[in-house]
Amino acid sequence: MRVNGAETSAELEPRVSLLDALREHLGVTGPKKGCDQGACGACTVLVDGRRVVSCLGLAVQYDGREVTTIEGVDHPVQRAFVRNDGLQCGYCTPGQICSAVGMLAEHAAGEPSAATERVTSRPTLTEAEIRERMSGNLCRCGAYNGIVAAIAEVAG
Amino acid sequence: MTQAPPAPVTEAPVLGAPVDRIDGTAKTTGQARYAAEFDHPGLVHAALVCATVPRARLVGIDTADALAHPGVLTVLTHENAPTMRKSPSPGLPDISTMATATSVTYLNTDEVHWNGQPVAVVVATTSDAAKEAAALVRPSYEPLPATVDFQAALPDARPQKRNPFSPAGGAKGDAEAALATAPVSVDLTFTTPMHHHNAIEPHATTAVWHGDRLTVHECTQTIDWTRRRLAHVFGVPVADVRVLAEFVGGGFGGKGYLWPGTVLAVLAARVTERPVRLALSREEVYRTVGGRTPSTQRVALGSTVDGKLTALVHTSITQLGRIGGWPEQVTSQSRHLYDAEHVLLRQRQVELDALSTTTMRAPGESIGTYALESAVDELAHRLGMDPIELRMRNEPDRNPLGGTRFSHRRLREAYALGAERFGWAERSPEPGSMRDGRWLVGWGVASAYHPAQMFPANVTVRLFADGTVLLRSAFHETGMGQPTTQAQIVAHELGVPFEAVRVEHGDTALPTGPPAGGSMQTASLAASVRAACADLRRSVHGLARRSGSVVGRQRPADLVARDGGLFGPDGGETYAAILSRAGQSRVDAKVGSDTGLGRVTGQLRFAARMVRDGMRWVRASTGAQFCEVRVDPDTGEVRVTRWVGAFDIGTVVNAKTATSQLRGGIVMGIGLALSEETLVDPRTGRIMNPNLSGYHVPVHADVPELDVAFVGDPDPTMPLGVLGAGEVGITGVGGAVANAVFHATGRRVYDLPITLDKLL
Amino acid sequence: MKDFAYVAAPDVATAVRAAADAPGARFLAGGTNLVDLMRQHVERPDTVVDISRLPLTSVEETKSGGLRIGALMRNSDLAAHPLVRTRYPMLTQALLAGASAQLRNMATVGGNLLQRTRCPYFYDRATPCHKREPGTGCAAVGGFNRSHAILGTSASCVATHPSDMCVALAALDAVVEVEDVRGTRRIPLADLHRLPGDTPHLETTLAPDELITSVELPAPAAAPSRYRKVRDRASFAFALVSVAAALEVTDGTVAAVRLALGGVAPKPWRAVEAERVLTGAPATEESFRAAADAELAPAVTLDGNEFKVELARRTIVATLRDLAREGSRA
Repeated sequence: MRVNGAETSAELEPRVSLLDALREHLGVTGPKKGCDQGACGACTVLVDGRRVVSCLGLAVQYDGREVTTIEGVDHPVQRAFVRNDGLQCGYCTPGQICSAVGMLAEHAAGEPSAATERVTSRPTLTEAEIRERMSGNLCRCGAYNGIVAAIAEVAG
Repeated sequence: MTQAPPAPVTEAPVLGAPVDRIDGTAKTTGQARYAAEFDHPGLVHAALVCATVPRARLVGIDTADALAHPGVLTVLTHENAPTMRKSPSPGLPDISTMATATSVTYLNTDEVHWNGQPVAVVVATTSDAAKEAAALVRPSYEPLPATVDFQAALPDARPQKRNPFSPAGGAKGDAEAALATAPVSVDLTFTTPMHHHNAIEPHATTAVWHGDRLTVHECTQTIDWTRRRLAHVFGVPVADVRVLAEFVGGGFGGKGYLWPGTVLAVLAARVTERPVRLALSREEVYRTVGGRTPSTQRVALGSTVDGKLTALVHTSITQLGRIGGWPEQVTSQSRHLYDAEHVLLRQRQVELDALSTTTMRAPGESIGTYALESAVDELAHRLGMDPIELRMRNEPDRNPLGGTRFSHRRLREAYALGAERFGWAERSPEPGSMRDGRWLVGWGVASAYHPAQMFPANVTVRLFADGTVLLRSAFHETGMGQPTTQAQIVAHELGVPFEAVRVEHGDTALPTGPPAGGSMQTASLAASVRAACADLRRSVHGLARRSGSVVGRQRPADLVARDGGLFGPDGGETYAAILSRAGQSRVDAKVGSDTGLGRVTGQLRFAARMVRDGMRWVRASTGAQFCEVRVDPDTGEVRVTRWVGAFDIGTVVNAKTATSQLRGGIVMGIGLALSEETLVDPRTGRIMNPNLSGYHVPVHADVPELDVAFVGDPDPTMPLGVLGAGEVGITGVGGAVANAVFHATGRRVYDLPITLDKLL
Repeated sequence: MKDFAYVAAPDVATAVRAAADAPGARFLAGGTNLVDLMRQHVERPDTVVDISRLPLTSVEETKSGGLRIGALMRNSDLAAHPLVRTRYPMLTQALLAGASAQLRNMATVGGNLLQRTRCPYFYDRATPCHKREPGTGCAAVGGFNRSHAILGTSASCVATHPSDMCVALAALDAVVEVEDVRGTRRIPLADLHRLPGDTPHLETTLAPDELITSVELPAPAAAPSRYRKVRDRASFAFALVSVAAALEVTDGTVAAVRLALGGVAPKPWRAVEAERVLTGAPATEESFRAAADAELAPAVTLDGNEFKVELARRTIVATLRDLAREGSRA
């Protein structure tokens, strides 16, 4: 498995999740554990560029794949989060940012969302679209407005 | 004689500026570390075994399979756990006892007091092994009679004891008699369910013993209280316990007390002589950390035909555990919001065989304003009067109970500002009369109210010869932006650039800071930071005088702190120049003392000030919440589509972080209004949605743009004029949403959350 | 989570052989449901056969004008596929209404078909549940059952099937292709899931070692279609009620209708009775209501889910009304 561009290897039991492999075995603590159930998005990482929740994957399934965590992200949306105060406690933030990066790529590829009026069309990234597409990332501090503003700013 | 220190310039742009968070980069790059992310050589992992019955005696606990699981080091149960000391019940004079969450000494008893009480802790070399082994532990219970159904227990409600911050009732005149004879009246009953904080970071502890010295990385809003409670429980000197919490992944009141996980992690480390990490699962947080009480409330209002309140009755029943809990101040806002001629406020409680209830964002006012403000809205409807007009007709000049002065009160201004931004004048008053296409549209309004108080805060401000400044205080950053705001205050007080200020916090090795609770941290720290900076300016002036600086030849009163130094009519010098000439590498200023005597003095001063201030003024953050909802006429789905919150939080230190704090309160309030409910099975007292898929906190798609505006008037009695911002934002939200739903549909919902089934 | 033997299957033959050789083995694809259930100790397999790398990820057009969808296609890929978006927009809508973007990027078509219920008592080992442990009882009856089923339930189980995708597939008359060491077979979607009866732990008609390899959709109908989901949040929540519908109206009369319901039954619920009532009836609100009533007549409710009858009725009517309007505009 490549993590943030570096080859890694670890002997792990098959039950070890991708998230625990990163946090507890590889010392990559950027992805956060909020629910361990796929319900909060705090553990979101990019696997070969696609956003996934790392808590519901087993690390063994990701052998040979490219995993990017917040530590490996260098994206304008990070600065935009700070400018727009799209964070408070910071715990959901790595997941929000990885999710935003993945989401922008999905949108650029023309993928629709539940907010897309006509799924046959190529949707424009309205605030309603951003909100729907980011709804897998909970923020209990309620920094949603700032997050949406940050993403909209970067998306132009 | 002590001279007044040189003054800071009053219009320094750093105070109030929307400065970016000092820790923004750390938090957006994954560098910020939280309690479960500290590694130590030999670190092992713990997991809890929680009871599955509400009340029982343990008659056995089979740990054989768990112990046989590869990687398991030990399983601690009531049969083998070392004895710990019981933490004293909450009470003065030692305010750190407030952190005692329950009266149970975990694993030192064979009694189960709530469905979820830890009955064993497993320690293993990996978290997977610990959790799996925990599932293999088999306790045997002899069931004991249990009372776990809040609704069924209501007839047994008893008068509530007051909590440290708010009385449990109050009366003026004869409210029931006035109600009976009022020309117009409403008499309504409301219910609210249990809520849980659901900070996205689950509670976690990393505990390391070196002999009898203990270091704990802990997610807590009260590091000093945590340290003192742990020292007590494990019988070691307070000075030998160090608690660190630089970053905490949200708290909202849920990390204010010493819950079982913390104690058991420290115990596991003690027994295994290994560093132990106990990162609770989301379910374990629900099982072992208290939530907000459910409530039933009666609000009755009587008025004249022109809307002058003659009677206000607000009573409540809330829940505590038999083992402890927070007496929720449900009627708090009703003491202060309306100038009713006759008032009756009464809080009662039931005690269940359940985990202690606890503080959650604006305990009392968050759910109390839902009931009160719904009732006011209903009265306005019956009077045929605009709900803002009704409120303005009953806006008091002095506190309705007792006639104490308000330190300042800008609720009228907040309503005017909010109404203007929202476009309230365009509202058509008749319920169901506004539509947008097929959607029913409703506009609702409600008052926000949260008292302003302060804790003691010790700080050190250190000025270095290079002109940079270090603020040191063991305060907390749980998301409110405290290091940023305090750096702004230091920059303002010393006239240095914001970038020149560094902040150290979240470590009990620092001067003792205030807890992050009750919306008190900013003001509590501001008082001490201001005093320390004034001391520092005085010291620098003294240095300047002794070393022959032009600054020293001027009177302090003629000097202002700006541009990184002190300047007067005859010129000035930077701090760097003054310190350099004086041959000083740094100057320290301290406020508060962490000696035993200093601590007692500080607490006495704190208690005295609380009593004195309470007699002199009623102080609070207030606001006006404006909500637009759309309701699907077919399905009853409610969407919040517009929001304006106009707030008086006194001086706004950082417009950016304060706006976020208030928005965060509103978002949690939208959850309270529409979707949040902890499902406690009334047969077993067991929480049945201990997760984030069954407990519905708002997601991105539930939250529209929230327009937050500030009245911006400093409170004349608070340091820098600062009131609190952390909790007022959630207050009034439930009422505003419920009132908007009523306006959209003609249906008033008396039972939170307002799920669509209640509108069909 | 219990530790287990892990077999990574490079091809279908290896996968089904591994499953046949290890009774109780579970196929692991996206993991979004199985890993969660294993972590909750609800599923405790000794062997996990990882099928996530099987080459079953394509969408092909069939000779009959339909589509064959590889069972390991990710939900998000399927939703975004041009042929699905243009020919089966209802399926795209249903997929996008489910879960979150991250989960849709992981979850597969086959896994979605085999999703297990979200009944809280099923998830909690401390409570009785016939589905999890046959013979123990059902704590949902007499407990929290606001989210539970009103159609097709039994005394032993009232849990719902949680999928959105399956509701659309039910309306579309999908056929599931499965394979095991004995060979392959085709199962109409309507016959894939079982009703609970006395055996709520048996959720499908698959043998334990049978692997879903693809899903076939018949040629699309031209009728306007829609997936409408009603839930407790604006996004990222399971359906209280959902409706997948396609309605073809000719001269004011319902020429053809497909209707399926989610959130109300232990399986994706094809509303056969409503379709029967509607076909040939005038495309009016009155007919829609009559059809909904006919479908919901056998509903059995519990303390907490009575509202679902009315909610389902209203959602069916509103969805058909919208489709009739859309059809008349076209």
